[in-house]
Amino acid sequence: MDTTETLLLPPGGSTIAGDVDALFYFIVYASIAIFGIVLFGIVYLGLKYRGRKAAADGTTPGITHSTRLELAWSIIPAILVIIVFVWGFNVYMKMNIIPGDVMEVKVTAQKWFWSFDYPDGVNTVNELVVPLGKPVKLLMSSRDVIHSFYVPAFRIKMDVLPNRYTLTWFEATAIGSYDIMCAEFCGDRHSEMLGRVRVVSEREYKEWLESGTETAEGATPVDYGRALFRTKACHTCHNVDGTSAVGPALNGIVGKQRPLAGGERVTVDENYLRESILEPQSSIAAGYQPVMPTYQGMLNDKQVDALIAYIKSLK
Amino acid sequence: MNKIPEVNYLNASRGIRSWLFTLDHKRIGLLYLFSIMAAFALGGIFAILIRLELLGPGKDIMEARTYNQIFTLHGAVMIFLFIIPSIPAAMGNFILPQMIGAKDVAFPRLNLLSWWIYIFGAVFAVISMSTGSVDTGWTFYTPYSTTTSTSVVAMTLGVFILGFSSIFTGLNFIVTIHKMRAPGQTWFKLPLFVWGLYATAIIQVLATPVLGITVLLLILERVAGIGIFDPAMGGDPVLFQHFFWFYSHPAVYIMILPGMGIISELISAFSQKRIFGYKAIAFSSLAIAFISFLVWGHHMFVSGQSQLASAIFSFLTFLVGIPSGIKIFNWLATLYKGKIRFDTPMLYALSFLFLFTIGGLTGMFLGTLATDVHLHDTYFVVAHFHYVMVGGTVMAFFGGLHYWWPKFWGRMYNELWAKISIAFTFVGFNITFLSQFVLGAKGMPRRYYSYLDKFQPLHDLSSFGSWIMAIGFFIMAVYLIHAVFKGRPAGDNPWGALTFEWETTSPPPKENFIETPTLTHGPYDYDKIVPERTI
Repeated sequence: MDTTETLLLPPGGSTIAGDVDALFYFIVYASIAIFGIVLFGIVYLGLKYRGRKAAADGTTPGITHSTRLELAWSIIPAILVIIVFVWGFNVYMKMNIIPGDVMEVKVTAQKWFWSFDYPDGVNTVNELVVPLGKPVKLLMSSRDVIHSFYVPAFRIKMDVLPNRYTLTWFEATAIGSYDIMCAEFCGDRHSEMLGRVRVVSEREYKEWLESGTETAEGATPVDYGRALFRTKACHTCHNVDGTSAVGPALNGIVGKQRPLAGGERVTVDENYLRESILEPQSSIAAGYQPVMPTYQGMLNDKQVDALIAYIKSLK
Repeated sequence: MNKIPEVNYLNASRGIRSWLFTLDHKRIGLLYLFSIMAAFALGGIFAILIRLELLGPGKDIMEARTYNQIFTLHGAVMIFLFIIPSIPAAMGNFILPQMIGAKDVAFPRLNLLSWWIYIFGAVFAVISMSTGSVDTGWTFYTPYSTTTSTSVVAMTLGVFILGFSSIFTGLNFIVTIHKMRAPGQTWFKLPLFVWGLYATAIIQVLATPVLGITVLLLILERVAGIGIFDPAMGGDPVLFQHFFWFYSHPAVYIMILPGMGIISELISAFSQKRIFGYKAIAFSSLAIAFISFLVWGHHMFVSGQSQLASAIFSFLTFLVGIPSGIKIFNWLATLYKGKIRFDTPMLYALSFLFLFTIGGLTGMFLGTLATDVHLHDTYFVVAHFHYVMVGGTVMAFFGGLHYWWPKFWGRMYNELWAKISIAFTFVGFNITFLSQFVLGAKGMPRRYYSYLDKFQPLHDLSSFGSWIMAIGFFIMAVYLIHAVFKGRPAGDNPWGALTFEWETTSPPPKENFIETPTLTHGPYDYDKIVPERTI
C-alpha cells in the first residue's frame, strides 16, 4: 500500500487506506471539474454580459427555461453521485467485513485515556502494540461518556459508547508508530486523549508480550514509577510542577495536610496515595471534581509501589 | 433628486413603546434585525477568541474549560440566535408582505409575540453564559451533557423557548402566503424569495417541535433523573443523536433555503433578466425541504448506527444534492444575455455561487460512506458547514441586507466602502476555511483545545484569515450605520427591480402601499419592461 503523504491526506498505513484514498481523490477531481465549470460560467458570463444593452429598447430576452438543458444538469450530476455512492458503499462494506483470522483487543475509553486489554492478560494505556500483517479487531466500550477511536493513518474511526460494544478493525501495512485520537468531544482533556499504535514485526511483538508491558528489571522504583506516570496517563491530569490541572499537582505533597471536599483534612502518606490510585472516589481533594477513574485491575502491586515511590521523590 | 417621504413607517409613531410593542411587520423585522446583528457580533467575538487560542498548541489565552465553553457559545449563539431567525424573521418579516402586496402578515400580534419569545429565550442563553456556561458543543450530546457540571439546563431551556419563536414565524408566513397575496398574484407569479420562505416555513413548523421535545427530555433527565438517554439510568445516548439530528438536519435547510430565495432575486435583478427555470427553482426548494427530513442519519455513520441504515441515509443524502445543483446552474443560465451590473448585492450573490458550490461539493466527501469515516468529526466537517452556512446563508443574508437597506431606511450606503468590505470578507473567509479542509483531511479532529505540532502552520493561516474577515465585517457595520443617518436618499427603486416592494416609497408608509397594488407585471418581466434605477 501507498504510505507516502499526499497533498491532502496523511500517509496511509492500513490495508483499506488505499481504497479510501482512491475514492477521496476521485471526488476531489470530480469536484474540481464541476467547480471549474461553475467558476468559468460566473466569470465568462459576468464579463461578457456586463452592462450589455440587449435590445434597442433595453429589454433582455425572455428566456423562461430549457427542458433539455435542465434535464442535462439534473441527470449528469445524478449519474456522478450514483457512481460515488456505489463506490463509497463498496469500500465501506470492505471496511466493515472483519477477516476471519484476527487478533482481538479490548479497548476501554474513559476520561481521558485509552486502555487496551490483550487476550493473555497484558494491559497497556495509550499504547496499542500490534504485529505487522495481522488483522486486529477492536472490541470497544466506554466507562463514561461517548468517545471516538480515530487513527487517521488507518482511515478508521468508530464511536465508543458507554452502554454497548462497538467494533472496528484494521490491518497495518507498515512498521511504524501512528496517532490515536479521540474524535468525539468528551470534556476538558479531550484534545489530550491521544495514544499511539505501534506496529512491530511478529518477532518483536512476541518479545514485547513476554517481557510484559514495562521492564522493571534493573530500574529503581522511582525510575519505574516515572515511566508508569507517563504510560498509564497519570500526567494527562496531574502536573508535577506545582500547577493545578484537572487534578492536583503531585509534587511536594507527601507528609502535608490536605483539605478534602467533605471538609475534613487528611495527611498525605503512602496509604492515602494507594487509596487515591485504586479507589479515587473515596477521598476527593477540595476544589477538584470527582472525575478520576479507578486503576484497580490496571496496575499490579509492584507498579503501585513504584508510582508511590516516584510521587514521594517529587519535590 | 430623490426625497425621503415625509411620513413613513419609521416616523409614523414615536417613542420606545411604539417600537417594542409595534404590530407593524416592518418594525418587527427591524427589531429582529437589531437582535440578530447583536447575536452575530457576539458569536463573531467568540469565533475570534477560538482562533486566537488555536494560534499555538497548548494554552495561549485561556484554559481548556473556557475554550470548550467559548466554542459551544459560538455555535449555539450563531445557530439559534443568529442564523435560524436571520433571513426569515428579519428580512422575511420586512419584505414578504410587500412582495405579495399586503399591508401586513396574517397575524401581527403573533408576529410581535414571536420576537418577545426570541428575546425571552435569548435571556436564558445569557443566563447560561453568566452561570458556568455550557461546555458540551452546540449539539448537547448525551451522556456528556447530562453529566457535565456546567449549566446545560439554562441553555437548553433557551433553545426550547426559541423554538416557539421559530414555529410562530413559520406558521404566520404559511398563512400569509396562502391568504394575503394581491389580486392576480397566482403561485407561479410569486417572487422566488417567497417560495424559499414558504418551503422554510413548512420545515420550521414540522421539525422544530422535535427539537423542543428532545431538549425537554434532556432537561428532565438532568433535573429529575428520568433515564432517557443516559445508559447509567437505562437510557440510550444514540437515541439522543437521532432525535437531535431529526430536527437539526432539516434546520440546515431552514438556514439555507431563504438564502437561496434571496439569491434568485439578486441574480435576476442585477442581470435585468427573467429568472431561468422559475418552476425548477421553486419546486427544487420544496424537494429540498421534503428530502431534508430523511437524511439525518448521515451525521451518524460512525455512531454505532446499523450499516444498512447508514447506506440508506448516504443514498438519500446524495439525492438532496441534485436539486441544489439545479439551482446553481439555473442561476448561471440567468446571467446569459443579461445586462449585468456589479453592484454590491450582486457581488454577494456571485460570492454565494462561488462559496456555496464549494460547500456543496465538499458535502459529497461527507455523504460518501467510506470517506466520511475518516473525515467525520474533523476540521473538514467544520470547513464544509462554514462554507454552506457562512459562504451560503450569511453571504445571501448580507446580499439581501445591501439590496433592501435602501428600502429599510430610504438611504444608500457608500458603494466603494461596501466593495472594499466584501473583498476583505471574501478573501478572509477563504483563507480561514480552505486551510481547515486540509487540516481535517490530514486528521485534525474538531473541538480540540490543543493539537499536534504538525498542524500549527495551517491553524495559524486559518487564524490569520479570521482577522481579515473581521476587518471586512467591521467596515460593513460602520458604513451601514452611517448610511442610516447620512446616506443619500435612494428613491423608490434604486436597482430597477420588478418585485412589488420596489413600487412603494423608500422607506414605505406604515401600510406599505398608498393604494392597494394590482399586478400589472410578473416579478421577472425584464423582457417586457425596462425599470428605471432611481440612483
